[in-house]
Amino acid sequence: MGKVTQDEWDKRFTRVVPGSDLFLLAKLDEVVRWARKSSLWPMSFGLACCAIEMMATGASRFDLARFGAEVFRPSPRQADLLVVSGRLAWKMSPVMLRLYDQMAEPKYVISMGACASSGGVFSNYSIVQGVDQLLPVHMYVPGCPPRPEMLLDAIMKLQQRIEKGEI
Amino acid sequence: MAASALTSAVERVRERFQDAVTEVIEFRGDTTVVVAPARLRDICRFLRDHEPVPFNFLSDVCGADFPDREKRFEVTYTLYSISARQRLRLKVRLAAADPPLPSLVSVWPTANWHEREVFDLFGVRFDGHPDLRRILMPEDWDGHPLRKDYPIMGYGQREWYDRQRRAQGAS
Repeated sequence: MGKVTQDEWDKRFTRVVPGSDLFLLAKLDEVVRWARKSSLWPMSFGLACCAIEMMATGASRFDLARFGAEVFRPSPRQADLLVVSGRLAWKMSPVMLRLYDQMAEPKYVISMGACASSGGVFSNYSIVQGVDQLLPVHMYVPGCPPRPEMLLDAIMKLQQRIEKGEI
Repeated sequence: MAASALTSAVERVRERFQDAVTEVIEFRGDTTVVVAPARLRDICRFLRDHEPVPFNFLSDVCGADFPDREKRFEVTYTLYSISARQRLRLKVRLAAADPPLPSLVSVWPTANWHEREVFDLFGVRFDGHPDLRRILMPEDWDGHPLRKDYPIMGYGQREWYDRQRRAQGAS
């Protein structure tokens, strides 16, 4: 059989599967990563004032829905993104670890604000001095509290890392 | 029903519990009575049922630590008479080695959680309390954080606690 031109190939292929010129070929893991980054499911888990900004991020003005992550789930079983939004007290830490353990794999953690990232102004006995002591953190957001744009940026950067396969 | 009713209430307490009232302080319209711990419950029960100013509401119990004083702890009871709209403050001073304070749960049930808070943060114990456990700090916490000699970062035993637990497979 001689060389098949593109036209002939298309005819042959479309004859077998009608509409197959709409097909897109890709590697499976790329498709999976694209799907993961395009539908992050954050957990409804607010700790302090950063949670107010997180709620604003999810509401209409800043509209997290534009990036496919607006559905905050009240159940950890249905969530794969934990936004640690505020200072974490030691007394709260077993609760947060339990929720994290219950989340669906693969799961991602954003440490939002100065308190979650380092203890912030609460440099004392009762506050965890950085949640990365307890959890693997994928993205840190500075600020006290960070503006919704900053959380949006963190989520978009997290999506980029997921897409690249870094996490 | 003015401040005179409050004054007469204080006078009656002073008459009835002569040996227990150590000081009466008037400051900017606030009346504070410093009493001896031993008669605290009797005084409170008397004030609760006292007419015409029954202090039927215990609005707050708080602790304080003055490390330079011989009796370093001070527990303050803020009483309020709902019907007469009068406030009265009772204070008790005690040293760390003193016997426990009498609990006021049998007088005002609301004292339950307030006394637990004072116990949790200052280590002041209350005799006759039905359930004297920590209320704010984790149950296995070491020390009483609002004491002035408590280090700001605690005793450090918490730093690696949860990570160790997780490493051991606990969730």
